[in-house]
Amino acid sequence: MSQSGGELLRQVKEQITEVDPSEVAQLLGEGVVIVDCRETEELTAGMLPGAVHIPRSYLETRIEGLVPDRSQRIILYCASGVRSAFGAHTLMAQMGYDDAESMAGGFTLWKDRGYEVELPRSFSAEQRERYSRHLLVPEVGVEGQQRLLDARVLLLGAGGLGSPTALYLAAAGVGTLGIVDDDVVDLSNLQRQVIHTTDRIGTGKVDSATETIKALNPDVNVVGYPTRLDASNIIEIIEGWDIIVDGVDNFPTRYLLNDASVRLGIPVVSAAILGFEGQLSVFAPGHGPCYRCLFRQPPPADMAPSCGANGVIGVLPGTMGLLQATEVIKLIVGAGEPLIGRLLMYDALAATFTELKVRQDPQCPICSRDPAEIADGELGVFPDYEAFCAASG
Amino acid sequence: MATIRIPPVLRPSVGGEREVEADGATVGEVLASLVEAHPATREQLFGDDGDLNRYVNIYLNDEDVRVLSGLATAVTEADSLVILPAMAGGARPSLGS
Repeated sequence: MSQSGGELLRQVKEQITEVDPSEVAQLLGEGVVIVDCRETEELTAGMLPGAVHIPRSYLETRIEGLVPDRSQRIILYCASGVRSAFGAHTLMAQMGYDDAESMAGGFTLWKDRGYEVELPRSFSAEQRERYSRHLLVPEVGVEGQQRLLDARVLLLGAGGLGSPTALYLAAAGVGTLGIVDDDVVDLSNLQRQVIHTTDRIGTGKVDSATETIKALNPDVNVVGYPTRLDASNIIEIIEGWDIIVDGVDNFPTRYLLNDASVRLGIPVVSAAILGFEGQLSVFAPGHGPCYRCLFRQPPPADMAPSCGANGVIGVLPGTMGLLQATEVIKLIVGAGEPLIGRLLMYDALAATFTELKVRQDPQCPICSRDPAEIADGELGVFPDYEAFCAASG
Repeated sequence: MATIRIPPVLRPSVGGEREVEADGATVGEVLASLVEAHPATREQLFGDDGDLNRYVNIYLNDEDVRVLSGLATAVTEADSLVILPAMAGGARPSLGS
């Protein structure tokens, strides 16, 4: 027996619970998942604050990724309450959700009643296509992609680690990338510094990296600093960035960066490489240990080889740089467990990862203090600093 | 015999090995056995005062021995020690010489 659409809707509405917008307004931010099941083109007028978007046609295939818990209360809405009624019925009757409801009157009634509307900054058609694989990942989605586009990430160096990091962060749509590097592209760089090209030998690395990034993703705004980071300019350069990616190959700069980033409260995603081995950790001021908690002081210069002197297998900075990029993206979209308070060691020859705990040092000379009290003259200073720098030439 | 994982910078001092085994009931004893077998590791691990150098971390499995009982931390045969010196390889130096 066939039914008219009107009859079917009436039956469906008898079997589900419809919630009035006034009740939904009270439930915002209270742990109820609000799902906007309109089509993407309908979002330009805005969404309910905190709602997630799953077009009705994708509801069955995507809801489990977003709401794996069948007992979670879900309220769906569309433009008028029809599609959301069918959607809620499907979730309850066919997918085993205990508490899926539909907002009566939909977005139209919500807006007419004057409740708060969040205007999503809309993606262009090209952006929707470019980031479509991100939009399909529940941990990223529209909101995460928006955060990526709004994010400002500073890369120290466009070298071995910085090259892959910059490429993938640019591809991911990180809206603003800063690059600090005063070097020029050299033939010996190209074994691992994949953002540069043979025809750019002799070109500044900042310019070369910018050209590659722009060709890959014109959404990305690149801010170049063709300079050396030192105590006189570090605060000015790093202030205002959301996350810093550290891959510098000398200890004085690492300590300088640590102290300045603790003072400004900026998380640092740090990696180091040598030979076939890499180390990775995230130092997030206020949330975990800093670099000085891990290593109170650097080794003497004769025990601190850099890869310039000792060589590095070309793929290793690729692996470690992409692990850095992964941590950066996790921090931006707020997904997963960041590598805070942990150090990951990668041994490429053995093909093993080892994880060590990094404890916050209650006696840390930098991060145990009020950040505002860290003076300019203390930044990057450690015992025997003068001797270290003299010995390392 | 506990296993000690040797970082790249120390490997020349132990004949190129990535892991060595050493006897001892505590972290200090195990490291003393290592130093005895490979004297070149002494100045990289220990200061003149006999304490661990501050730029070297020793982990018993995944925990820093400084938050355990330091060199007195008990070690069993099933344990592994990780020697972790600070490493800074990456981009070229960006601090002036």
